[in-house]
Amino acid sequence: MTGLRTWTAAAALALGLLMPPVSAEAAGSLAESALEWPTWAELLRVISLRDYNTRVVVIGTTLLGAAAGLVGTFLLLRKRALLSDTLSHATLPGIALAFMIMSAAGGEGKSLLGLIAGAAVFSVLGTLSVMAIRRWSRLKDDAALGISLSVFFGLGISLLGIATRMETGNAAGLSSFIYGKTASMLFFDALLITLAALGAALFCLAFFKEFGLICFDADYAATQGWPVGWLDLILMSLVVIVTVIGLQAVGLILVVALLIIPPSSARFWTRRLSVMLWLSGLFGALSGLLGSAVSALMANLPAGAVIVLVAAAFFVLSLFLGTDRGLVRITAERRRLAGRIARENLLRALFEMDEGLPDPKAGFPHPRSHDFETLLAERSWSSKRLRRILSKLISKGLIETRPGDRYRLTASGARAAAEVVRKHRLWEAYLITHADVATAQVDMGADKIEHVLEPEMIRELETLLPEYSNAGMPASPHRFDGPKGGL
Amino acid sequence: MEWTFIDTWIVVTGALSAMACALPGCYLVLRRMSMMGDAISHTVLPGLAIAFLITGSRESLPMLIGATAVGVLTAYLVQGVHRLSGLDRGASMGVIFTAFFALGLILIRQAADHVDIDPGCVLYGAIELTPLEVNRIFGWEIPRAALTNGAMLLVNILFVLLFFKELRITAFDPPLANTLGINAETMHYALMTLVAATVVSAFESVGSILVIAMLIVPGAAAYLLTDRLWIMLVLSQVIAALCALLGHIGAITVPTWFGFRDTSTAGMMAVAAGLLFLTVFLLAPRYGLLSRFINQALLTLKITRDDILGFLYRYTELAPEDARPVTATDLVGAMRSKGWVQFALWDLRRRGWIRGSGAAIAPTPRGLSEGRGLIRSHRLWEAYLFHKLGINADAAHFPAHQLEHFTDEAMQSELARSAGHPRVDPHRRNIPEANEG
Repeated sequence: MTGLRTWTAAAALALGLLMPPVSAEAAGSLAESALEWPTWAELLRVISLRDYNTRVVVIGTTLLGAAAGLVGTFLLLRKRALLSDTLSHATLPGIALAFMIMSAAGGEGKSLLGLIAGAAVFSVLGTLSVMAIRRWSRLKDDAALGISLSVFFGLGISLLGIATRMETGNAAGLSSFIYGKTASMLFFDALLITLAALGAALFCLAFFKEFGLICFDADYAATQGWPVGWLDLILMSLVVIVTVIGLQAVGLILVVALLIIPPSSARFWTRRLSVMLWLSGLFGALSGLLGSAVSALMANLPAGAVIVLVAAAFFVLSLFLGTDRGLVRITAERRRLAGRIARENLLRALFEMDEGLPDPKAGFPHPRSHDFETLLAERSWSSKRLRRILSKLISKGLIETRPGDRYRLTASGARAAAEVVRKHRLWEAYLITHADVATAQVDMGADKIEHVLEPEMIRELETLLPEYSNAGMPASPHRFDGPKGGL
Repeated sequence: MEWTFIDTWIVVTGALSAMACALPGCYLVLRRMSMMGDAISHTVLPGLAIAFLITGSRESLPMLIGATAVGVLTAYLVQGVHRLSGLDRGASMGVIFTAFFALGLILIRQAADHVDIDPGCVLYGAIELTPLEVNRIFGWEIPRAALTNGAMLLVNILFVLLFFKELRITAFDPPLANTLGINAETMHYALMTLVAATVVSAFESVGSILVIAMLIVPGAAAYLLTDRLWIMLVLSQVIAALCALLGHIGAITVPTWFGFRDTSTAGMMAVAAGLLFLTVFLLAPRYGLLSRFINQALLTLKITRDDILGFLYRYTELAPEDARPVTATDLVGAMRSKGWVQFALWDLRRRGWIRGSGAAIAPTPRGLSEGRGLIRSHRLWEAYLFHKLGINADAAHFPAHQLEHFTDEAMQSELARSAGHPRVDPHRRNIPEANEG
């Protein structure tokens, strides 16, 4: 039972991460056994950054998030997101080896700069081995990444195994690089992160155009004489720097998340590179800020993991609500389009049923009323859906109801329907005369395209089909009029 | 090195889990989805935690089912996010497995009072300890981990044998599979389920990260060795077993060279896998780096040899009777690369196609006839390019110079026929007759 309750609490926490103070109050009763929720006084202390320790950690992780968000944007757009995974796993042997060398030399085994240097060297080696496998064997990207990742990590584990058995030095803290140990962040670490974040932001600004170019079209950039190899090298160095700096804070598995998740979230909101860049930096910074604040508030919550979960919460939010590619917007657009297509189909069906009795005034057929069953049989739509389409068309004034569940095109409805039918028939005529498609088969193609034909396209079709250009309604190719026609 | 029955069991357990991983791993490599193995193996951690928190027991079966379910869920979510939002597959994997992993860390920390899932153990595995926990079967004491992994290996072998055709078609050509009535999507998720179950059953012995090594590396190495699927599968099994053996030997011997006792077997298994892969990467008969390099070198040698013979033939053809003999310096000047020219001269002398060295190099009759064949190819190509393709005489030289090395006698006569048996090339030089015999 306690297990279930803990799980519920954790789920509530994961969902409520966006507004920790509010949900903390609400969820408090759920989880007394598992999490100790903070008092208001504690909350205030963290928010106002009164503790020196909290201040360092919160500022450090915020800046780290921002830097990773900025650099990660280009990494994501370069389609190399998972390279960061390989690169961060490959740092482990570097850390272990640096520790062993420094301890053997009699120095302080856990000097941060030394460990970071070792990590950087091996992350570069990891990247190079990925490139070597990709370049000189017939294996593809994914296998190259997986091989380097696992072999380097295995080497790291083996070296760590040796390091922990060394008499000199104390290797106990080394494995914190795997999972991160945010709470133990020192002023010096925060300073390193600040410098790295500033450097990353500066480089992203300075090479904004160049990075954008190699992200979107590296081949074009190369033909324009840009040094693509060097630019890639700069970009990858930035990734290496952010990764090794982030190791200490969130651990080598989760630093990947900081590089991938914020830019992935940002791309749901915009298509502009500059906006995406800043948004991604913002998401990263907010994740770092909220995550470390929450973990400072509550005992027993590893900061790295909370930071990543906050970032993931932003991702889920963006995935659904993003104003550019969010699922809500895309679904709404699809529904709108589907609705319009259904309405146009109904209008065309009514028009074609009316044809044969042209109204001398407008050149349109004389509108007659049709009963619901006839309309239902026209296409494969359910009666519920057809009712919905009809009521929408009635409210637009394109169709009017007649007694006995019958429907008729209004004058403006007939005009709108004529437009659709004309598009349909122009396209059919085009397919028959220019694309040499059999008459029996053109209806399907035209049925799809009639809804998306732009006016310029119509004009183009009219010039290609001069016999239809003087605004008259083309005859349907599927109709045989009177005894003259026929086979 | 002291070898006890415990070491034997460690190697057997390691080999069984590595072989179980390598089978579905081959298909991951072929489908270019290796990193899906990585993603799934990271989500084992939250899977175990959730399974524990829901069932409240540390029984194997619920844990196995729970973690497998989360693994399959990962595959679904990755595919779903990729398809719904257009985020590229790598990034969508990165988002999902890191989020799951973070969730797992938190859950485990919360459950730490009740359960002994140690994140470190999940990562590195505890293969050294597996022989301690034994089950008694027919009076034999067999480690439980060996039984689990052996069972998983059997399941995987059965799956591969039963669905060999389906797996092969969906791996190489999913649209074709669909037209043949094999649902590629179903096979995809069946494979993902298998991967997840294998990862979960192997995590205890090799650890979740090192499972990736066993999933990808044997398959990738086998892929470089053969073009036949079933040979690749068999080879991957052999390589996987070798990884386990060499890995454990490495773990208990290599550290002693530096004065340490031993190190993590699982880690060394990954290193052994890496070394085996490196060996294959360098030495594979057809796709290895060395054989590529040698083929390239042999080709360069042949072309340099051809060019020297061509040069000598032209010289004999044009130079007056009393002209000075060709020197090595002349050849180096004409051919840019000094090293290759020296090498080719040595090779030509060895073959008996040229005489003399340094200041006086002359072709033997055999060498002259080889050179003649080459020049015939060259001038026939020029004539063909000029007459049939309308390429102007100056521009025809360069393509002819490249094609001459790959033109045999059958192609020569075909060229001569289609260019109308020309006697001279566009530069008015004689096209030599074909060699007799």
